[in-house]
Order: sequence, then C-alpha cells, then structure tokens
Amino acid sequence: MNFALSEEQELLQSTVRDFVAKECPPQRVHAVFDGRTEAVPALWKGLAEIGVPGLVVPESHGGAGLELLELALVAEELGRGAVPVPFLGHGLAALALARGGSPAQQETWLPRLASGAARATVALAEDGGRWLPQEWSAELASGRVRGRKQLVPEAEGAALFVVGCRGGELALVEPGPGVRVIPELTLDRGRPLAALELDGARAELLAAADAARLVDAGCVLLAADAFGTAHQLVRATTAYLQARQQFGQPLAQFQALKHQLANMALEIDPTRGLWWYAAHAFDRIPAEAARAAALAKAHVTDRAQQVARDAVEAHGGIGFTWESDVHLWFKRAMFDRLWLGAPELHRERFAALEGW
Amino acid sequence: MDLQFGEEYETLRAEVRAFCAATWPLRGDEPRLDEREQSIAWRKRALAAGFLHRTVPRAYGGAGAALDVLAETVIRQELDRAGVPHRGVVQGPQMLVPTLLECGSDEQRRRYIEPTLTGELVWCQGYSEPGAGSDLASLQSRAELVGDHWVLSGQKIWTSQADQADMMFGLFRTEPDAPKHAGISYLLIPMDTPGIDVRPLTMMQGGQDFCEVFFDGARIPAENIVGRRGEGWKVSRSTLRHERMLIGDSAIVRITFDALVELARGVRRDGRPAIAHPLVRQRLAEIAGYLATQEWSVARMLTAIHQEREAQVASEVLMAKLLSTNVQQMIAKLALELIPDSGLREPGAGDATMGIGDYTPGRWVSQYMYSLAFAIAGGASNVQRNIIGELVLGLPRDRRPRDAGAPRAG
Repeated sequence: MNFALSEEQELLQSTVRDFVAKECPPQRVHAVFDGRTEAVPALWKGLAEIGVPGLVVPESHGGAGLELLELALVAEELGRGAVPVPFLGHGLAALALARGGSPAQQETWLPRLASGAARATVALAEDGGRWLPQEWSAELASGRVRGRKQLVPEAEGAALFVVGCRGGELALVEPGPGVRVIPELTLDRGRPLAALELDGARAELLAAADAARLVDAGCVLLAADAFGTAHQLVRATTAYLQARQQFGQPLAQFQALKHQLANMALEIDPTRGLWWYAAHAFDRIPAEAARAAALAKAHVTDRAQQVARDAVEAHGGIGFTWESDVHLWFKRAMFDRLWLGAPELHRERFAALEGW
Repeated sequence: MDLQFGEEYETLRAEVRAFCAATWPLRGDEPRLDEREQSIAWRKRALAAGFLHRTVPRAYGGAGAALDVLAETVIRQELDRAGVPHRGVVQGPQMLVPTLLECGSDEQRRRYIEPTLTGELVWCQGYSEPGAGSDLASLQSRAELVGDHWVLSGQKIWTSQADQADMMFGLFRTEPDAPKHAGISYLLIPMDTPGIDVRPLTMMQGGQDFCEVFFDGARIPAENIVGRRGEGWKVSRSTLRHERMLIGDSAIVRITFDALVELARGVRRDGRPAIAHPLVRQRLAEIAGYLATQEWSVARMLTAIHQEREAQVASEVLMAKLLSTNVQQMIAKLALELIPDSGLREPGAGDATMGIGDYTPGRWVSQYMYSLAFAIAGGASNVQRNIIGELVLGLPRDRRPRDAGAPRAG
C-alpha cells in the first residue's frame, strides 16, 4: 500500500506552486477583482507552458496523458494562490472529451485544448439548484439544443461548451447562432460565471461521456481547490497574528487566538487524504468514486468555508475590507462550497450511496 | 498511489486469518477459564506466531520483526475482524514496553516485557497527581533513597486500573533540590508493596476505571528505576507519545460509528427508521466526513512512516489525537439524539464498563459521558491545541508565569 504522491506528481505540484508564488501574488488577484483582468491571459499562458490545460488529454493528442489526481494537485495550488484563471471549466471539459469523445471529436478539439490555443468549459447547472444530470432539462434533438444553463464558469471567450442535457447526455456546442452568453455578476471575480441561452444551437452528442462521472470529477477539483484555499488562509492568518501587536505583544501570544488557529488548522490540514483518495478512486477504483467524491466535496468545502469565516474574524476590522487579501480566499471558498451544489446535496448523495 | 497491499501482505493476511480461525474461540478445556486467563492463553499463541507485538526482540518474548507498519495494519485488521482479545489492557504493552525497550536495563527487559505482553503482568500508569495535571512536571510525590530502597510518599490520581494492576510505572520526585523537570525519576512499583493504598474512584457514568493511589512509606528496591536518577521526565516522554498514537487509532472510531449507523437503522423517528430521516442522514454524513478524514490521514501517516518520510506528515501526527477525540464526541452526541428517553435513565452496571461489545441504549448513555474522557486523558484537548499552535503553526509558546519568575503584566 502506498498512499503518497509519486516523485513526478510532487514535481508537477511544486512547479505549479512556484509559478503561482512568482506570477500571481495577491496584488494580481486584487487587480482582477478591481476589473483589471489584463494579467489573466498571461497567467493562463504560463500555466499552458507547464502543460496544465492538457494535463488529462492523451499524449497522442498533445496532452500529458495524466489523470484526475494530477489535475486536483494543480487545483490545490490554484486555490492556494486564489489564481484567477479558467482552469475549472476547461479542465472538466477536456476530461469529458478525453474520456467520452468520438475519435473525430477528439481529433478536432483535444490538440487545441491541450496547447491552450482554444478554451472550453462546462455548462451544467440549471435554474433552481439543478446540478445533477438527472435534473437537467435542456433538450437535445436532431443536432440542436434548446434550454438555459447557468453558473457556467469562464464562459466568455470559450471556444467550446460541454452542455448537460436531459437524461444526463452531454453535447458539444460552439459559439454561434442560437448561443448567447450572458455574464452574471459573480461573487468570486476570479472565476466569472455566465448564463448560457441555447435556442436551437448546433450541438453534437458526446456519445460515450458519463455526466455523473463528470460531476464527480468536478467535486474532487472543488475539494482540492478549497483545501489549498483554506490551508493558505490558516497560514496567512497565522502570519498576521504574529505580526500584529496589541497590549504590547503579538496577538498570536494570546491563547484564545492560538486555540482558534489550532482549530482552523485541525479542520483543514488532515483533509488532504480525503480528497486525494477521492481523486484516486475516480482514477482507479470506479466503484468507490461517486461516494468518495460526494464526501470529499461536502466535507472539505464545508470545512474550508468555516476556516475562511474564522480567518476574517481573527483579522479583525482589516479582514472585513476590500483591500485585505482575506476576502479573495473567502469568496474562493464560497464558490468551491456552492458550485455543483451545497454540502447538503452531496451528503444526501453519500447517504444514498451508503445504502442508508 | 496504490491502495492494494500486494501479494506479500495478502499472504500475511491469509495467515493471520487462518491463525485466528484455528485459535479463537479457545478449544478443549480452555473455554472454562475466566476471561483474563483465556486472553493470556490466546496471547501467548499469538506472540509465538509473531502476530502480536512483533517488533519486540525475541529475547524479550516478541518476534524480532523489523518495523513494518503495513504488516501491523493488515494484522490488526484481521485481529479486529476475528474479535480476538488482542487489545486487552493497554498500559503495559503499549506504553511501558516501548519505554523499557528504549531506556530500560537488560535485566528489566528480561524480567518484565514478556509477561507484560502475554497479559500475565498488568500495569498501571502513575503520573497525574491532585496538584499536577496538565502541568505534570510539578508533581510532588517523593521517592527517597534509603539504603538500597526507594521510600515512597505522596499521592497519584486518575490511575486507570490501579485496583487490578500488579505493577505501576510512575514518576516520583527524587531530587527535590533540582529544577522542576530535572528532579524526577521513573520507577517500577509492585502494587502489593506494604504502604500502598488503592481507592477506586467512581466515574460520572457509574463505572470504576480509575483510582487514587496513596503512598505512605512504601519501600521498593533501588534497582526499580528506569534510566538514571533525575532522567524520569525524559524517559516518560516516549510513553506519552505512544499513548497519543493509541488514542488516534481510527479502527476503534470506525467500530463506534458503524454501531451508530446500526442504531439509526434500528430506532424510529416520525414513523420511519431514523436513518431515513433527512436530518439524521445529514448528521451521519457529516460525521462520516470527519471519520474518513481521520482514516485517510492515518493512511498518509502509515505510508510516510513506511517510506521513512515522517516529516511530511508531522502536522497530522500532532493533530491525530484531537481529531479522534472530536469524532468520538460527535458520534456519542448523535447517538443520544436518536434515543433521547434513554438519556433520562441511569445505565446499568454492565453498561458503564467501556470496551468493544454490544451497544445497548445504556451503553450509548455511558459513551455520551465517557467520550469526554478522551478529551482529558493522554493530554487534554486544550493542551493539544497548544501543541498544534506551537509545533504545527510555529506560534509563540505560552508564557509560563512560574518559569518566567514573575507574574505576567495585566
């Protein structure tokens, strides 16, 4: 038994971590939150040079031929830096194509997605919190799709949408007639969302794709992102409380705050193995994958959100301001907790899968 | 990443399973032995077969195996599955034996280790005192060397199983003029020594598990010291570390959680099994998240220890006890929500004794209270938070007014 990363996986992760530390300091995230998004293409291009957009694309199509665990390790680092890049939607769309596309579809799209020349995303949610495949209602018939999807990440500028349709089918849709992208005001400005109105848009069935597995993959990526986010928040809060002096001593000297920090670390640090396992199960133990993904998504993102709330409180007034870094991660944690559905949804899914 | 144990370990697993099937329950006349004697008889066979305390050298009754945490895990899984008496009393095998192996003399190891592993020699731990809890090093019980005997005086408290133990390993102040931590020695004390008075304390849930132990001029041989005079604090550290690992064992928590799920299946709420109730399902799944967190954290630790890369999991090792404590408390609290009326009734005498067995309603009521003991024994939860703050996050140490020599400014 070996529940550890390989050297290659550790190298991938440290490469992304170093890139993020160097190229995406908090000021850059603040700039995006203030509407100055010029840096985003350069960040995405830098990640493309590391191979991030094509991580799960087979080598025969120009990708790295890796699996969800590697994608999740990258997600952890992007969460740690609150990096505002179109990683989530693109990663999931590439995964859907790599696992469920026809040879022709793969030939058409995967090389461009892998190189970063084209960007793709996924359109899953529908109004009323309908995140799960059995709840989708967009109609796919005769090569056309009709319906309204929402909370689509990074939709503007995407060259391809993987759209969830009635019966849990997935379809490929390109921007064009019958496709309208309507940006939504998004809390986590680093990962802007949009509605997607499809009115008879041309669509191509992704015949071999499994939408439920796509949702599971998304759950794992969100858990990993939330872990990185909360892990960083604990460290940032620790550093702040060591630097800030009151009553003639660092705040970190006060046991009340020390215990609050210890509780925050206890909530998040040990969850690393939970999402690792969910990613590994997705890749290697299919029978366990859904259960592990549901549990990891519910637990890690819930814990991360609480850590983020505690972090704001521990920072005091400054933590409640727009200029502080804390709200960047706080909103990242909110996104991770709520996209693909709140923890309650996934706990119920887990309970049903347990046979309870 | 590969969660399969692989052929070597699966072969071992099959051997352990066959051994358990062949040796438990006991056969012939042996089932007539009392519970303790049955346990000893089985443990002797398991030690000889190399399935119990296998890293202890052969000369001291073990199997002399190299430390292999994966083998330990496979064996423990099978022993748990078979329901054999492999856990038994923990203080001796899990806490004293590692200490003797690290710090004891050869004579002490030869004399004490083997009967301790078999369960023939039962130990209690004499650490806490009325005035020395979390601040253990302030302990005041004295041992004075008079001729070739230590003469003991003072009082220990919260001493689990002192009334059943043959021996105590304990900390006593032998150098009263030395600084706090430097004046302590680690002594081995036969409990039948005249001048020792053991008084069981009744726990809040009614059982008797821990005791007060009074020493009034009890004399033990001078050779019953582990390590040198004044080194007892250092000697005891390995023991505490083992106690923490023990409480972090996730298998026990899983067994308790499975019992909780069974409880939820068995009782009704709003006219249907409680497990069908949305609120109950949510709370069970939330606890399942914590439990799985603990289990996969343990798996990370096992791998890291196996690969000799402990530094990678150092923070999780320090968190294991507090995490486990919290999960145990969540389980017990939800159990009582499922059987609220039982919480108004006093548990029966049999329900107050902990250990692995049937989870009756009274047992859950006991567990509701007993789960608090996990937050106290082996390093209180607030002390654990200090440790996490200081050693994981690098926060400043607490100012200790007495150590600093002056009271803290308001």
